[in-house]
Amino acid sequence: MEPTTLILLFFIFVLSAFLGFELISKVPSQLHTPLMSGSNAISGITIVGALLAIMQSSDSQFAGWLGFVALVLASINVVGGYMVTDRMLGMFRKKETKKD
Amino acid sequence: MDPISILVNVAYIVSAILFIYGIRMLGRAETARQGNLVSAVGMFLAVIMTLINENLAGNFGLIFLGILIGGGIGYFAAQRVEMTGMPELVALFNGFGGLASLAVGWAEYQRLFETDATSIFTSIVIFLTVLIGGVTFTGSILAWGKLSGRFGGNSTLPNSQFINVALIGVLLLCGIMLVLFGATNAGYSMFMAVVVLSLVFGVTGVMPIGGGDMPVVVSLLNSLSGLAASAAGFVIGNNVLIVAGCLVGASGLILTVIMCRAMNRSLGSVLMGGFGATSSGGSGVEGEMKAASVEDAYYVLEAADSVIFVPGYGMAVAQAQHVVRELGEILEANGTEVKYVVHPVAGRMPGHMNVLLAEADVPYEQLVEMEDVNPTMETVDVAIVIGANDVVNPAALTDEGSPIYGMPIIKVHEARTVYALKRGRGKGFSGIVNALFFGDNTRMLFGDAKGTMSELIAQFKD
Repeated sequence: MEPTTLILLFFIFVLSAFLGFELISKVPSQLHTPLMSGSNAISGITIVGALLAIMQSSDSQFAGWLGFVALVLASINVVGGYMVTDRMLGMFRKKETKKD
Repeated sequence: MDPISILVNVAYIVSAILFIYGIRMLGRAETARQGNLVSAVGMFLAVIMTLINENLAGNFGLIFLGILIGGGIGYFAAQRVEMTGMPELVALFNGFGGLASLAVGWAEYQRLFETDATSIFTSIVIFLTVLIGGVTFTGSILAWGKLSGRFGGNSTLPNSQFINVALIGVLLLCGIMLVLFGATNAGYSMFMAVVVLSLVFGVTGVMPIGGGDMPVVVSLLNSLSGLAASAAGFVIGNNVLIVAGCLVGASGLILTVIMCRAMNRSLGSVLMGGFGATSSGGSGVEGEMKAASVEDAYYVLEAADSVIFVPGYGMAVAQAQHVVRELGEILEANGTEVKYVVHPVAGRMPGHMNVLLAEADVPYEQLVEMEDVNPTMETVDVAIVIGANDVVNPAALTDEGSPIYGMPIIKVHEARTVYALKRGRGKGFSGIVNALFFGDNTRMLFGDAKGTMSELIAQFKD
């Protein structure tokens, strides 16, 4: 990797870290569980890495299979994470509409 | 850069924006559900754009199959899980995410090993990806096991701190050698050592942490799984992985700190495992638990003007949230003021009890914060503690020797009468004796919380 690219990626990393710290500083405690579960689904972004690994499997067949394993695991993380968060938040919502 | 790459990278920027907005919206009650949807759209976009990025002629079937299998398992698990089992499931999903990042790092190392030499920087980030991903995986699996009671909540290792420090040392050594050797045969054996040791470290790192601290651990592991994804992003030079992973890493860390603060403990002391593993607290507790019958409780509740419910993990275990709400409604109809007080760290995850009470349709206005109730606790006629333990333990206020000394608690011991629903006389999940249960104004209702509640409701209906 080129040093300039590297610096750029680090730059992105550091800014994202600060953004992440700022994003959730004031969250009511009843939203902590959905927030944890929702951000857990986002960490399944590694699914993109899995896809890229599979696509480059012409270089190494074994790497392709590792990518496949990663794809299955990350898909569980992504699909399960988003759906479970939605289910949880749906329960909060149900209650709010009733109140109206 | 060819036009397609440019298009894909622009789409990644859009994905990142959607993630940022998604997390932001998740932090507010009114927008939380849309926020989750927004972030899901971001994920979908990133996946679709990645698929058009490269030539996938021969691989489309395999990719489709992988997403189908993984998505199917995730869908099934998310649909089937009880709300009470939510913390375990999040821990499990989290572990899979960590293992996926490990596999991505391994795949890239494998490819470099079979094609050409790796650079020093790539070796370093591969090391970090495998290390964080491996620890996240086994750590989460162990947390899942402890939360769901599959493994003992308080099982520990002898000399765990020594073992962990030694493991970190060996891991760093292997990492350095991996970087020095690069993609050679010697490097490959170092790589495998890092994989194995990271997996071991996840187990030995989480093992000494007591069951009562598991919420903090799950939150920290959530943060780590984000960092693993971010590190994997550095391995393959992909910015959407770096941004999304880092956002999760940073926000997860903040959440962990918030939780530690609610328990008045430092993250360091949680990780060192002084809590739950030891049970020295509560040594000065005198007296005995006084059991009461459901009938006694009925007469007191019938005459009470104000009642507060304090739910804890025991309510989740017994699936008692619906009967609790039912009893609450009956009491209200009887002219009693009913409130539900939720401690920030009650249950196995922050906000766990709020989710359960919401599931049971408890009116939002009846949920009150600990800080609002504590000053007026003396005016409360009856406090019903449903399977909560540490969060109502007065030792946190009085006993300096207690491991939870200093943690803010719901001061139910100041209420006129306390009914504590508990399965047995044993210590709670954290292994600390609770002075509340020995108090003069406390009566114990032993047995399954759901059963006890149902009996109370039956008494009211007669």
